Amino acid sequence: MSTPTPAAARPLAVDQVSRSGGLRVFGLWVGVALLLVVLPFVIRTPVAVPIMNQMGIAIVFALSYNMLLGQGGMLSFGHAVYFGVGGFIAAHALNLAAGRGVYLPVPLVPLAGGLGGLVFAMIFGAFSTIRSGTVFAMISLGVGELMAASSLIFDRFFGGEEGITTNRAKAPLLFGLTFTKDREVYYLIAFWVVVTAAAMYAFSRTPIGRIANAVRDNPERAEFVGYSPRWVRYVSFCAAGLFAGIAGGLFAVNYEILTAENMGLNASGAVLLMTYIGGIGYFLGPIMGAVVFTFLQSMLSDYTGIWLLYLGILFLATVLFVPAGLAGLLMLHAPAWRAGRLPRLIGPYLLVAVFGVVAAVGVVGAFEMTHFLASAESTRATKRLFGVAVAPRTPAPWLAFIAFTAVGALGLRWAAPRATAAVAEANRPGPS
Amino acid sequence: MRAIELQDVHKAFGPTLIIRGVSLTIEAGTRQALIGPNGAGKSTLFNLITGKYPVSSGRIRLKGEEVTGRRPNEINRLGLSRSFQVTNIFPQLSVFENLRCSVLWALGYRYSFWHRVNRARDVQERTETVLEQLNLTARRHVPAGVLSYAEQRALEIGITIAGGADVILLDEPTSGMSRSETEHVVQLIREVTAGKTLLMVEHDMGVVFDLADRIAVLVYGEVIAHDTPERIRANAAVQEAYLGVPQGTV
Repeated sequence: MSTPTPAAARPLAVDQVSRSGGLRVFGLWVGVALLLVVLPFVIRTPVAVPIMNQMGIAIVFALSYNMLLGQGGMLSFGHAVYFGVGGFIAAHALNLAAGRGVYLPVPLVPLAGGLGGLVFAMIFGAFSTIRSGTVFAMISLGVGELMAASSLIFDRFFGGEEGITTNRAKAPLLFGLTFTKDREVYYLIAFWVVVTAAAMYAFSRTPIGRIANAVRDNPERAEFVGYSPRWVRYVSFCAAGLFAGIAGGLFAVNYEILTAENMGLNASGAVLLMTYIGGIGYFLGPIMGAVVFTFLQSMLSDYTGIWLLYLGILFLATVLFVPAGLAGLLMLHAPAWRAGRLPRLIGPYLLVAVFGVVAAVGVVGAFEMTHFLASAESTRATKRLFGVAVAPRTPAPWLAFIAFTAVGALGLRWAAPRATAAVAEANRPGPS
Repeated sequence: MRAIELQDVHKAFGPTLIIRGVSLTIEAGTRQALIGPNGAGKSTLFNLITGKYPVSSGRIRLKGEEVTGRRPNEINRLGLSRSFQVTNIFPQLSVFENLRCSVLWALGYRYSFWHRVNRARDVQERTETVLEQLNLTARRHVPAGVLSYAEQRALEIGITIAGGADVILLDEPTSGMSRSETEHVVQLIREVTAGKTLLMVEHDMGVVFDLADRIAVLVYGEVIAHDTPERIRANAAVQEAYLGVPQGTV
């Protein structure tokens, strides 16, 4: 294999952590846990808790996906299978528990999901992980389709088109904890987010986690230092299935309903998008991606019917301009931050932001007017955009938005290289 | 003891016969070189011994154990390790990680998900030792892909020997190197293969005569001579077939 020249080491490849470093990491986890405890008291809008619940589930799911993509180099188009199967099994387990068939309190339901995800990953992983690359991607797509078809065939288990419902209030109690309110479920999800994130982080620091990176980089060489690349991929795959299943179990507890959609191609695509937007080269990446994606998903859908289009554009922009994702963008500034040179970037970044907003207004305006004309709303003459009533059937707003787009794009072409150069200059080692 | 034994090994790719009945014994604890003109099948022979390709016919034994048809990782676990002609490292991992990944199996960590690598003292120590041997300690955090060519070649050897294998196969370890870099690598090879079995493919005759106890000459898929450097130098058939000169001054 030839050796491409990456710009920087993946931070997943950190080597020794000193004792004090270990303590710092531990302190970080404790800090995160405390933050999650106080968060519902700080953010007091009524929609916050349900959205944070959704974010928590997405974080676990995206982190599990990155065990495949970022750490193992396996591009899966069917990871929602393990999320969905875990969710269905958790929902059935919850129903069994409600009928007192088994003793399973709500806090442990995600474990049932994890077990389901693990078992299915063990089965499908046996042949999925024989190869990586295109073959792996194709098989994951096939498995996804297979499960989507199965959901209509085995409708006793999957509940057909309506899916299956459950009721967490009927399950037996553990330490007298009830989960009737969203906020109670929030703490359950937060607990599992911390536990599973810590476990997945720890996994990346085990021998198998390190070798997963090596197999991602160069499976042939890994084979010549004693490892079976297939077996390494299989172990990662099973672990990813386990954690995806736990995320599915949390979904079952939170929403009390599962449909075939939860394990379909759209769900698999969503986790790929959020993980990639966050950055697959960093442990923090999928977490950031899950938070941003979920936030946009719930916020944008309140304002526009074509929010999926905007998420798609965000994904494309990430792939094209920021392949290291949000976390990569953040980490890019680490040297400048250490050198205390971040203030120098404010000017160039402000210019980029101004032109970026101008271009975005133009593009969004044009898209929204197109959507307006193409949809049933179009019996009306005007539409409110950016707080102004515009008339999509007249040329004036079109010209205005095209002008916005052009000015913004030209401005970005001028400002973006300057910002890039400023970052490079600020990151340059040595005295300022 | 015999480290490597080949018995009438053949290898064909489609209708093309590359290795035409090689029988070769490499005694344990010796340093040997495999030489021959381009296209003679030297790298193919390496790929057969290390399990990268299956043989078409014939048998291969490693330290007395039959390894014909085994996977590369299984052969590696028996104590054979190889380097590659074209640098074959983990480009996105740091230099330290490259070496650490190469000692994990040998130290018994295998597919463990219950150990923490940073706390595995034997792993850290072995990795540090190899880093020092390679003179790459200062470059430990650098991604292997951005090392200089000579550094990458040194790392290539480091990955090969880090696991502590006692049979080492090096495929053109000095190719593309300057005179001084070559001297440095020869010194490194001498150090890290002390007391071990070494078989190397090498084009630089200076290196070959410097390091090898015995030399095998491969021409058109057949070993035409396998002897001490002095006798190889004097061997008329070798001069004829390989060096292309009837007699004289190698």
